[in-house]
Amino acid sequence: MSDTVAGYLQAAVLVLALALSYRPLGDYMAHVFTSEKHLRGERFLYRLIGVDPDADQRWPIYARSMLAFSAVSVLFLYAFQRLQNHLVLSLGFGPVSPDQSFNTAASFITNTNWQSYSGESTMGHLVQMAGLAVQNFASAAVGIAVVIALVRGFARAQTDRVGNFWVDLIRGCLRLLLPIAFVFALVLMAGGLVENFSSPHDVTTLAGAHQSITGGPVASQEVIKELGTNGGGFYNANSAHPFENANPFTNLVEIYLLLVIAFALPRTFGKMIGDNRQGYAIVGVMAIVWAASVSAISFFESGKWSAAAIASGGALEGKEVRFGIPGSALFASSTTLTSTGAVNSAHDSLSPFGGGIALFDMMLGEIAPGGVGSGLYGILVLAVVTVFVAGLMVGRTPEYLNKKIQAREIKLVSLYILTTPALALIGTAIAIALPGERAAIANPGPHGLSEVLYAFTSTANNNGSAFAGLNVNTVWYDTALGLVMLLSRFVPMLFVLGLAGSFAQQKPTPASVGTLPTYRPLFMVMLLGVLLIVVGLTYFPAQALGPIAEGLS
Amino acid sequence: MTIMIMATRLPTSVRQHLAALRALLVLTVLVGIIYPLVVAGIGQLVFPSQANGSLVTKDGKVVGSSLLGQAFVDAKGNPLPQWFQPRPSVASDPSNNADPGYNPLFSGASNKGPSNTDLIKQINDRRTAIAAFDGVRPADVPADAVTASASGLDPDISPAYADEQVNRVATTRNLDPVRVRALVADHTKGRVLGILGEPRVNVVELNLALDQLSNPR
Repeated sequence: MSDTVAGYLQAAVLVLALALSYRPLGDYMAHVFTSEKHLRGERFLYRLIGVDPDADQRWPIYARSMLAFSAVSVLFLYAFQRLQNHLVLSLGFGPVSPDQSFNTAASFITNTNWQSYSGESTMGHLVQMAGLAVQNFASAAVGIAVVIALVRGFARAQTDRVGNFWVDLIRGCLRLLLPIAFVFALVLMAGGLVENFSSPHDVTTLAGAHQSITGGPVASQEVIKELGTNGGGFYNANSAHPFENANPFTNLVEIYLLLVIAFALPRTFGKMIGDNRQGYAIVGVMAIVWAASVSAISFFESGKWSAAAIASGGALEGKEVRFGIPGSALFASSTTLTSTGAVNSAHDSLSPFGGGIALFDMMLGEIAPGGVGSGLYGILVLAVVTVFVAGLMVGRTPEYLNKKIQAREIKLVSLYILTTPALALIGTAIAIALPGERAAIANPGPHGLSEVLYAFTSTANNNGSAFAGLNVNTVWYDTALGLVMLLSRFVPMLFVLGLAGSFAQQKPTPASVGTLPTYRPLFMVMLLGVLLIVVGLTYFPAQALGPIAEGLS
Repeated sequence: MTIMIMATRLPTSVRQHLAALRALLVLTVLVGIIYPLVVAGIGQLVFPSQANGSLVTKDGKVVGSSLLGQAFVDAKGNPLPQWFQPRPSVASDPSNNADPGYNPLFSGASNKGPSNTDLIKQINDRRTAIAAFDGVRPADVPADAVTASASGLDPDISPAYADEQVNRVATTRNLDPVRVRALVADHTKGRVLGILGEPRVNVVELNLALDQLSNPR
């Protein structure tokens, strides 16, 4: 079988698995977040936490609960790293430096999982499993909670209540993420991932040299790292490390995991608003963008589109033989489109256009299918813009899902759309303007700009993958990128929750002949157009100076 | 509940943060401690080989992991001709110039950009050196032989690179090349289910099997 055909079939298997999961997982999530019943164990937990699970919250209270949980999490994770030398299973590592602890805490709480540290030489097992991995669950559940609140806003009418954050958080973690993580942790372990608590131990190799075999609770963390679209590797090499991703089978499972919740959430959305066609329209747009990105990265990586690929006879610098180019391209595309940011190849060494598309994937705002929760609310915000634009064309008040889009909604949506690019581009500009920060660049020419642009785009979109040549473990980068991650996660979330409150209060407007049907292909095409224009116009100049300049030279 | 009665007297924002702290602690215990311990317990019982790193042994002694590549070089860092050579690796201790790579404490890639002239020079130098070492034409050296992997621990090489090394290894070990080629064929894995990943040869397993044919020296 030819390489190309095998590559297509591998992608086809993945698409089939995702398609088969769409309905059952989407329906299950709708059930989890709408069920009135609390499980007995959950009631006990709510008592322990000290919250009333039956209290429906107004959006400001929902938002404040979410912010309180995240603020406490940042402080806890910061302290955990600073004190790790006093804890068990520290492997003898000292405390993580203040700036790096802040960066890492911000990174894991915001579901970014940007890593300025190298796992195997910085973090003990306890910090990894009871600190970082807990946020792999919690930050994912927070993202899902926020989109569920928004969907409730669409589904409800004439109420100021959008749900209970604590219930959404606990159910997201315990009813959704934990069972799937547990099952697939066993699958990945069977596939070859390690799961132990041993320190690195020395062996004498076949040639008589010495090698340290590392250990760690890797499988249990790997699975939630992908499932929760987190992406923070146990080891520095992330999902390229054979202990994190042992063979082509575990590779496909990991790609499936990082896509599955985000691709099934449109079903949850359709189910909760009582119109599954709306979910199909949204997932259709997501799938088109994803397929286009996978094809494009595969194309540029499998050809000889860079000086390095021409010199070596194939673009294998920074790639693993067991995954090959198709398995690496599929991963690169899926991880940058989902805000996961795990990598099974070195993105810094992707061909100029291949790396440019990975960058573009993130610039789209992580909506195809995006991070768990954040992907769906991101694309729903763009759907609101789309009906607004369509409404302007025909001169009538736009509405989406029977909710009027008025001044307040458009203000919130516009602010949402502006936050991320502002952080990414202004951050890049400042870093490039500072001589010390320019010196952290590892590669000459336009590629150097791409490295900095990638760092700020990745953190501002809560992705976390990197052009890893850039030396980001400096006080300036740790602090600046940490702040970018916090602002780009929580500021847009507040706009989304504001939108949820505003939609929930409205009386439904019955659809008329002038209403744009938002489940038809016409709407899907318009949504794609809005997406590309918003992103294209915002980022094109920066793309032109980085990847495009490099690719054309 | 005493906790709740006490809590209601506090300002709302303080109450929220206390609830947040308790929620975080609850989750830490459940998904941060119990969950990994249960997974590890099952792993040690059901998949002990995988969970402990797919270790391989020779004469009863652990000599590495089949998942982690190894360097086959002498003390000066020169490749040893009696072994199949893995891909170039940049996973080495930055404070130790003599570290030949494949060091699991420093996993990672070169992160050199695709137009980086250092990288191009490195690729060309590797091509020249490998062609001379294996006695083949430079143009015939496959791409995986001249490029560093993403992890720096890649245990595999392409079947083409393994094939290229057969004559050199057989001559050094005084073995019939036909037998060595058959050994390579035995250790060549196809795509999983015929479609996933790429065909590959695990260098650690291949060299281990080679030692069963003839011990070096």
